[in-house]
This record gives sequence, C-alpha cells and structure tokens, in this order.
Amino acid sequence: MERSEWPLWEIFIRSQHGLAHKHVGSLHAPDAEMAIKNARDVYTRRNEGVSIWAVKSADVTATAPSEKGPLFEPANSKIYRHPTFFPMPDEVKHI
Amino acid sequence: MATDRQLFDFLLRLADNDLVLAQRLGEWVGHGPVLEEDIALTNVGLDLLGQARLWFAYAGEVEARFAGAGRSEDALAFSRDGGEFRNLLLVEQPNGNYADTMARQFYFDVWHQLLLVKLAHSCDARIAEIAAKAKKEVVYHAERSADWIIRLGDGTDESQARIQAAIDDLWMYTGEMFDPDETETVLAEEGIGCDVRTLAPAWREVIGSVLDEATLTIPAGTSMQRGGKNGVHTEHLGHMLATMQSLPRSHPGAQW
Repeated sequence: MERSEWPLWEIFIRSQHGLAHKHVGSLHAPDAEMAIKNARDVYTRRNEGVSIWAVKSADVTATAPSEKGPLFEPANSKIYRHPTFFPMPDEVKHI
Repeated sequence: MATDRQLFDFLLRLADNDLVLAQRLGEWVGHGPVLEEDIALTNVGLDLLGQARLWFAYAGEVEARFAGAGRSEDALAFSRDGGEFRNLLLVEQPNGNYADTMARQFYFDVWHQLLLVKLAHSCDARIAEIAAKAKKEVVYHAERSADWIIRLGDGTDESQARIQAAIDDLWMYTGEMFDPDETETVLAEEGIGCDVRTLAPAWREVIGSVLDEATLTIPAGTSMQRGGKNGVHTEHLGHMLATMQSLPRSHPGAQW
C-alpha cells in the first residue's frame, strides 16, 4: 500500500485581541480545514488563542542562509537608522 | 413521581457513556495514525472524562439521599462490575481500525449533542448546568467526527470500503439511543430528562446528510441490539473494565 505523508502546515495564532498572529509551529494535516482543527488541538489546549491561520509550508518563500551576508549585513554599519539619538521624556512609556 | 433511585440510574447512564468512551479513546494514546490525530482524539477523550466526573459527582450526591451514603467518583468508576454499568452498547465496542473508531464516535457525538441541547433545559438545575457546559465541547466533537466520515468516505477506495463497513457494523447499536425505558420515560415526563424518541428525526437527518456527502450508503437494517442501559452488555465491556479497573482494585486507595 502506498503511504504518502500529509502535507505540512505552518500555524499562526493570535493570542488576544489587538496582537498580531504569531508563528507557533507546524503540523501535518490532509487539508486546510483539518489543519485548523489539528492546530486547535495541538496549540490551543490551554486557551492560547482567539484566531488561527494555517499556511501550507510549501507556500512559504524564505530567505536562504547563504544570502545572509548580502541581505542583512549592510544594515549593521548604519546605526543612524536606529532611533536612539533622541532623548526620550521620562513620561513616555512603552517605547 | 420520579424517585431519587431513578434519577441516580439516569445520571449513571450519562456518566457511563462518557467514561466508557473516554477509556476507549484513551486506548489510542500513542497508537494514533499521526501525532496530530493522537492528540486530537485524546482531547476528545479527556473532555468526556471531565463530563463523566461531573455526572458521577452529582450521582453520588443523589445516592446519598436514598442510600444513606453516596459513593465517590472513583468508587463509581472503578468499583462497579460490568453488570452495574449503564452505558449504551455502542460506546463499549472495540476501537477496531480508525474507521471503526470514527464511525462509533460519529454516531455517538451527533446523538450526544442533541441530547445535551435538550438536557440544558432540564428543570433539574444541576443537570441543566452540566449539560450546558458539556454541550460546548460536544459540538466540536460532532464537527470533527463528521469531518472524518466525509474524508474517509470520499477518500480512497480503501478508506471508503473501511468506513462503509464500520458504518454498517455499528448500525445495530444505534437503536438503543432512541429507545426509552421506564426510568427515562418517568424523568422525561417530569421535565428532568428528555424523551429520546424525539431525538431520532434530527439524528437521522444529520447522519443522512453527512453520509451522503461522504458518498456512503445509509444502512437500512432495522434489527437493533439493546441492553446497555440495564446492564446487559456485549462481551467487550468486561475486558475493557478489567484493564481500566485493575490498578485501583489491586491497590485500593492507591495514590501517587
């Protein structure tokens, strides 16, 4: 009997209103609907979420580790891009 | 007028359905077809176990009213013999293959949901409260098992053959769900329980439409097995209980 693996899905969960969906892990499921149901059982057992997204792992385009240098290193030497040169008033919180 | 003894009996039926099915689902732990499914099915089992505890706790309190002392949840679960269990024959049937497990779950979940919707309006406040809480969990169980019936039925030739066989094999255990005895009739008349006969049309409709979507055939058999509610079980229950009860029976009062 042929035995093929179910596709892999990336699971994103929004933990509470106002926060963005966050990647929590991946799982196998035969289709999108079951991916959501499995995510509910695997990742929200302790009341972690109010919303779930499932994305086929194959549909995620990622940067390659070998491109790390050209992609990210040029930003290292440009410290003026960080907003650290402004004195912040003490009254302003959560910045 | 319903007696406390009848109410106790009725509560045991609710509790035993949950407990026995939870134990069956627990047997899948570590054996599920994939990790995700193993976790999902265990969650359903744990939901049912939680519900069983609520029913047992109430049953123990009711028992105290006519027997002087009521048994604890553990005593009711682990110290009764098979003949004292009041669960439906359906839920004690062995797990078989995954199609067998899902067909059993599907038949039960749809009925369970319909029953709890009714019991949530019981004039016994405690029953209404437990039913309302359990209903939320069971709505999800019913959705999930229907999903599996559709995927297995409308899947490969192999999966379709297996789920059709499971649907056919378990059909004879579904009649009992809609067949009230004196206890149920008395409690239904007083608005404590519910007339299970009235659940049949809605159950058939849901089962029919899901099996239809799953490209499966609805069984036509009319010969049904009965007895679970009165303690007359299939040979499978005793074996299951032997495993389930062995530890508390060999080490009474054991704690860890």
